[in-house]
Amino acid sequence: MDLATVLIVEIFYSIAVLVVISAGLAVVFGMMRVINLAHGEFLMAGGYATIVAVNAGINIYVAMLIVAPLVVGLIGLVVERLVIRHLYGRLVDTMLASWGLSLVMIGLATMIFGNTTTGISPPIAGFAIGGYQINGYNFFIIVVAALLLVAMYALLAGTRAGLVARGTMQRADMAAALGYSPDRVYMVTFFCGSALSGLAGGLLAPLVGLVPTTGGTYIAKAFITVISGGASIIVGLLSSATLFGLVSQLFTFAASPVVGEVALLVAAVVLLRLLPQGITGRFFRGRL
Amino acid sequence: MADIVLETRGVTMRFGGVNAVDGVDFFLRRDELRCLIGPNGAGKSTFFKCLAGMLTPSAGEILIDGQETTGWHPHEIARLGIGIKTQVPSVMDGLSVRENIWLAALRVLGRQGADGAVADALERLDLGDLAARPVGQLAHGERQRVELGIVIAARPWLVLLDEPAAGMTADEIERLAAVIAEIGRQAAIIIVEHDMQFIRAIARTVTVFAQGRILMEDHVDAVMADPRVRDIYLGKKG
Amino acid sequence: MSGRPQIGATLAVLGAFVLLALAAPAVLETYTLTILLIYGLLAMSLGLVWGFGGILCFGQAAFYGLGAYSYAIAAINLGESTLPFALGILVPFLFAGLLGAMMFYGRLSDVYLGVITLVVTLIFFKFMNSTAGPEYAIGQARLGGFNGIPGYQTLNVPGDPDAYIFGDDFYYLVVAIVLVVYALLRWLLASPFGRVAVAIRENEARVELMGYDARLRKTALFAVGGAVAGLAGTLFASWAEIVTPGLFSLGQSAEIIIWCIVGGLGTLVGPFVGAMLLGYLKFALGQQTLIDNTLVLGLVLVLSVLLLPRGVVPTLGQWVGLARRRRPRRASRRRLRPARGGADG
Repeated sequence: MDLATVLIVEIFYSIAVLVVISAGLAVVFGMMRVINLAHGEFLMAGGYATIVAVNAGINIYVAMLIVAPLVVGLIGLVVERLVIRHLYGRLVDTMLASWGLSLVMIGLATMIFGNTTTGISPPIAGFAIGGYQINGYNFFIIVVAALLLVAMYALLAGTRAGLVARGTMQRADMAAALGYSPDRVYMVTFFCGSALSGLAGGLLAPLVGLVPTTGGTYIAKAFITVISGGASIIVGLLSSATLFGLVSQLFTFAASPVVGEVALLVAAVVLLRLLPQGITGRFFRGRL
Repeated sequence: MADIVLETRGVTMRFGGVNAVDGVDFFLRRDELRCLIGPNGAGKSTFFKCLAGMLTPSAGEILIDGQETTGWHPHEIARLGIGIKTQVPSVMDGLSVRENIWLAALRVLGRQGADGAVADALERLDLGDLAARPVGQLAHGERQRVELGIVIAARPWLVLLDEPAAGMTADEIERLAAVIAEIGRQAAIIIVEHDMQFIRAIARTVTVFAQGRILMEDHVDAVMADPRVRDIYLGKKG
Repeated sequence: MSGRPQIGATLAVLGAFVLLALAAPAVLETYTLTILLIYGLLAMSLGLVWGFGGILCFGQAAFYGLGAYSYAIAAINLGESTLPFALGILVPFLFAGLLGAMMFYGRLSDVYLGVITLVVTLIFFKFMNSTAGPEYAIGQARLGGFNGIPGYQTLNVPGDPDAYIFGDDFYYLVVAIVLVVYALLRWLLASPFGRVAVAIRENEARVELMGYDARLRKTALFAVGGAVAGLAGTLFASWAEIVTPGLFSLGQSAEIIIWCIVGGLGTLVGPFVGAMLLGYLKFALGQQTLIDNTLVLGLVLVLSVLLLPRGVVPTLGQWVGLARRRRPRRASRRRLRPARGGADG
């Protein structure tokens, strides 16, 4: 019984982590058809921003939830203006340029922070369920992931800004004809996506020992979660995160964390072979 | 019935809830030239794509030369000796006119035969001066001609053409009609077409599509004179 | 058709390469030159599938690593290098063929192709990293996890396990292999198979309507690319005398792509030159600690995507082409490749 509870919590937790680490990428890919391969490094930057802020005496929640998103959002803004802006509509070129960017960021982080592991401790203590120890911080991540999805949905479906953004992504020319500058919309969307990546980095900071190459562990997972989700941003994100979270956690329990990771990757390959348009290319079509 | 080269039985193509093609029975005789006409959305292009293997019909079957080809891939259909030209000029932009046509001839005739077939196609379509130019640099009508060259260089016995006259100048259309008449001497042809003048210039039998079904099938003059056709087709046009 | 001018260009490239390869040891150690050539070979493998086949593979490192590991594992078990050498090419060839068949018969589009190749590379990386325990062994070869596999038989003269090929000899062997591979690939690209492959890159639907099976041909091209990458991996294994999971890393895949981008797609020489240049840059940067290596590589990639969308070699070719058109007499004796067309070189 205890084991079942722990297993369920762990599954929800691994789904939540996938949602959190993929949200920024999903917004940028879903809305702008830009694949940002520097996404992992955006997470890494969010993590460093959090740690630096905490070490400077800022409250950890402020650091995670406000400082990290702002810092990475601003980095995203600069990146969009300098690089991405010139490559809209060239999917492969954006992928390559942002891959280059990711290397630049790793290099910068190595020069600034050195090639050593830094970290902070989670702000919520663990507790026991029966004979099993559970990390209290995991619940926090689950709650944040749920709130994040609700907030994204509310913003896109319920606000004027969300509508303008969706309209621009569908038909930039029409939006321009209606008086909205696509350039501005892209910029703001990229800022939001980057801020989400920063938030994810902040949230993960207490969980991982941060090194400049940390991003590499997340990019692939985020990438395949988003791509497997397909065209719909929120439903796609949630459905593929659920599937992959479930698969990886079950295999982790049954065998080992490495097998869990490999199972996730294999599941992604099989899924894309069967559903080349992603999950929402076949199911839940036309949803947000 | 030995002279029937292409036959469809109840071919249906559903998109969502709509039957774009709805139970079409159709046949074509050897050496026949047939035009498919109809207003936009009548289903003629969708039907064409089913024949060419670019779409797999939701129901019904297609027989080419007595062989069932329903659900075959385009390359398998083409391998039966069928030349296909799509609606939008589909050519290899980065390659020269000569290379485009050579690749088509190569598969059928091998390296020895290909060069002759290329020269022949270039001549018949008056593309000789453009042979070395990358196709991407050519005008729309010229690209249409290149694609026709690709089709005839493979020496097909059945040719499927989707709107070959689209975007051509009056001169080019005239020459196109002559080329098609010449192809018609060795092959059966199905042409999907909008341009009524062009149809008059080349066609004998015309099949009229409306709302996914065959409305009528008759000689071009009879079709033109039919009030139903005028209603659904010409009526809408003007 | 159009075969003869290409033979001329190919011979010119081969001749220039031989001269440079003979002169280069005066400037750099052959040990360094050898690895640069291996990088060049690896870059050519991606240049083939990406530049000519239009197949963007984010996981060329998978075949490279697979070649290296196949060689190392077989060499430990067999103790003589001839068969391992063949396996180092054959295993990646077959694996690329299988993977390619899965992707191309599934008709996956560009982005998904990128994801799958990337993910497959990651699977290898994660798996190899986790094989530290003694239970992970193939024959007498322990996979060794993060530490990799050391201490296997390096290349020897076929049939004589004690006659190692190393140092300058190994360098000249790699030079010869590069020559042969380049010539074979040029021949392949000039053959009907190669012409159709380029046509598929240009317009897959049209080629299918001509009656060619694009899926089969893309799979075959992908497999050939895998074999060449595997050959590079095999040579690397013999050069480095240790294989580690790092061969399968994303960084390795990124580097191969960067070589191709910087050198220029649509040619074989471009990626090769790109790999040699950047490989040397990396080597030179490795001698200092002021600027981080990765940072420079990243900057090079970003800038070349933004400023040199065609890559160095085609861009140079274009300038030469322009100069030649402006002053036809002076340049008329040089038979450099045309800059347009993107299917030569």
